[in-house]
Amino acid sequence: MSDASVVLIFAHPYPDRSIASRKLLEAVEDVEGVAVRSLYDLYPTFDIDVPAEQAALRAAQVVVLQHPMYWYSVPSLLKHWFDKVLIRGFAYGPTGKALWGKRCQWVVTTGGDEQAFEPQGMHNRPFSDFVPVVEQTARFCGMHWEDPLVVYGAHRLPEPELARAAGKYRDRLMTLAGQRPTPAREPGGPAPSSASVTTATGRYRPGRAPVRS
Amino acid sequence: MLTSTIIYLAAAVICVPLAKALRLGSVLGYLAAGCIIGPFGLRVVSDPAATLHFAEIGVVLMLFVIGLELELGHLWRLRRAVFGGGLVQLVVCAVPLGLGALALGLPWQAALVAGLALALSSTAVSMQVMGEKNLLPTPVGRSAFALLLFQDIAAIPLLALVPFLGSEATAGVSWAALARVFGTVLLVVLIGRFLTRPVLRLIARTGQREVFSAFTLLLVLGIAELMAGAGISMALGAFLAGVLLAGSEYRHALETDIEPFRGLLMGLFFIAVGMSVDFGLLAREPVNMAVIVLGFQLFKGLSLGAVAWAIGVSRQQRWLLSALLAQGGEFAFVVFGVARSARLLPGDWDARLTLAVALSMALTPVLLILYERWFERCAPTNERQPDEIVDASAQVIIAGFGRFGQIVGRLLFASGIKATVLDHDPDRIESLRKFGFEVHYGDATRLDLLRAAGAERARLLVLAIDDPDTSMQLVEAVQEHFPKLAIVARARDVSHWQRLRSRGLRVVERETFESAMLIGRKALEVLGVRPYEARERADLFRTHNVQTLESMLSRWENEAERTNLARSAREQLEQQMRQDRADVERHTGRGWSAQEEDARAPATAK
Repeated sequence: MSDASVVLIFAHPYPDRSIASRKLLEAVEDVEGVAVRSLYDLYPTFDIDVPAEQAALRAAQVVVLQHPMYWYSVPSLLKHWFDKVLIRGFAYGPTGKALWGKRCQWVVTTGGDEQAFEPQGMHNRPFSDFVPVVEQTARFCGMHWEDPLVVYGAHRLPEPELARAAGKYRDRLMTLAGQRPTPAREPGGPAPSSASVTTATGRYRPGRAPVRS
Repeated sequence: MLTSTIIYLAAAVICVPLAKALRLGSVLGYLAAGCIIGPFGLRVVSDPAATLHFAEIGVVLMLFVIGLELELGHLWRLRRAVFGGGLVQLVVCAVPLGLGALALGLPWQAALVAGLALALSSTAVSMQVMGEKNLLPTPVGRSAFALLLFQDIAAIPLLALVPFLGSEATAGVSWAALARVFGTVLLVVLIGRFLTRPVLRLIARTGQREVFSAFTLLLVLGIAELMAGAGISMALGAFLAGVLLAGSEYRHALETDIEPFRGLLMGLFFIAVGMSVDFGLLAREPVNMAVIVLGFQLFKGLSLGAVAWAIGVSRQQRWLLSALLAQGGEFAFVVFGVARSARLLPGDWDARLTLAVALSMALTPVLLILYERWFERCAPTNERQPDEIVDASAQVIIAGFGRFGQIVGRLLFASGIKATVLDHDPDRIESLRKFGFEVHYGDATRLDLLRAAGAERARLLVLAIDDPDTSMQLVEAVQEHFPKLAIVARARDVSHWQRLRSRGLRVVERETFESAMLIGRKALEVLGVRPYEARERADLFRTHNVQTLESMLSRWENEAERTNLARSAREQLEQQMRQDRADVERHTGRGWSAQEEDARAPATAK
């Protein structure tokens, strides 16, 4: 089982009050090789530790960006993270090859359902119109752009549908991590080795505030 | 009268800048000016003794100013340094000097007087030199000052002792004289404590600046004369008066008024010393005088080195103390004068010793230059430190460099911004100088200090003084004299914040507020609130809190309201807490619910 380590950049200001985002995250955080970095927990005052973020990116082969869509874009802290972390000499420019060849998986939740993203819908445009900014950001850094995973109408999604989306997310991540897609853990079944679960500072743990060193 | 004044002024104006340009210091310049115009030079002015006597007022004024800076409490803390260290210095220096005099053939009574008199140093010379070199706030400067203070006190019994030892023993210390001494000191204390302030207030109210100046001079000279009449050192009397007025609201005004007189008269004093150098005697007995002066300086210098060790001066600076205090003092002139009239000193000895003292004063700047040369060679790491200070055209002045100001200063320093620091803690100042800060010792509310710190050119004053009253004084002084200087202020508490804001300051922060907010956030986090949310709650709390303060400001400015507010402080707190709660709940309770979030941002999911 070859494993590619995955860094999951999670940007949600209020994860405790979210419905879909938390479920989705819980579905993947125990996947082997996944390290979650919850930006709003790590940097409540937006003072991003750039070297730490860059080191986490360097160590991973897959970069996952998971966040709710805010005003057709990323939450402000994630945008700030782009500005501060993906800098010349690291992410682009003659010597900026740190992300070169890595895979980028965008996982985004939106309040509007699929009909809202139709020419006659609430947002007047198809969802694909809102993809290019993040996509080009990844491509400019030399990353392979994976098909985005979009969860529509996330906050009123019925439980089974949400579970299905979560399963899809998990499968996708396991594939990216170089592991066979496996069904969700069954009671009594072999639990994923806890030794390989990254416990970086700020790793998302439901119901508990992470401790920053 | 007018011609001699013109001669003195011209001599000073020519010689002092010249000496300064040659890096010899102003004292040497004045002394040279005195030598040139004196009876052994161009002979344009005669009677150096009269000039010297008159110019001693400069020393008196200087000690008054020093006294103004020392409050009684501060003086009390110096008691060990003054009486312990001072006594050690006097004994350790007087014994070898007296033995030396004995070896030169003086009778024991004369040797005793000579030893004690030569052990005294010149307050005028060393204080001037220390002031110029900014040494007063350093540990060695403080030690030197304490020793000088003790010498001023010790001079009184010494002068009383001389007639006893003389061959024509006149009546010594009578009970009446003793009673007069104590009576006079008591009178000065009473005047300084109870009479001066109401009179100053009365005069200040007339708004006649020159009358205020006149009264200041009258006060100092009057007290000096009163003390002299009782046989006490004039300088000591003035010092006492200064200490008694140190706590008064007129301290700064007094100081500003005295300052130019002090400077001019001190200059005159040094000129007079230069004039009194008896070059005739020097020409007649060059070998004799060389032995006396060099022996005097060597014995005293070495003894002072030992004293410096005994009173705990750091190793590097022991010889600095020695160089600072090795000279003979102006008291020696008086003592030798009295000794001559008491027929205590045989033959030419009073002239020789007087000359030796004058020459030793001239040697002080030379010794310091030698010390600096030697020290520079021994400690090359400190070589560049003076240069960095000199060219400091700092844009920022930080007043107060305690726990608070330090953080501000370090942040600025880390950002490559040079700041000039005003503080009154000598130890802190020492270490700051090492990092190239320009540091001025003393009370930041002093105008001359602010000016020296470059308040006219600076862009910003960081007001980090902890004491609200001092802080307000500084604000008033800056607003009056340097209206262009922007102020960023630290407030001790809400009422200090109100006072600063009502003076029109825009940037005022309460010193504990932000750190308490941070602790509050951490507490919320430990209780399970997400960091970002804890931060938002804190931000919300801050906004609301500041709004409340701002709205109270206009009411606070109305004095009647203020007393009303003060009375109901507890009630206020309770009301404020209820309001805080309501505010935070309104925004964080159901307020952040999914529906509202969605209404705000349609593309959002929870």
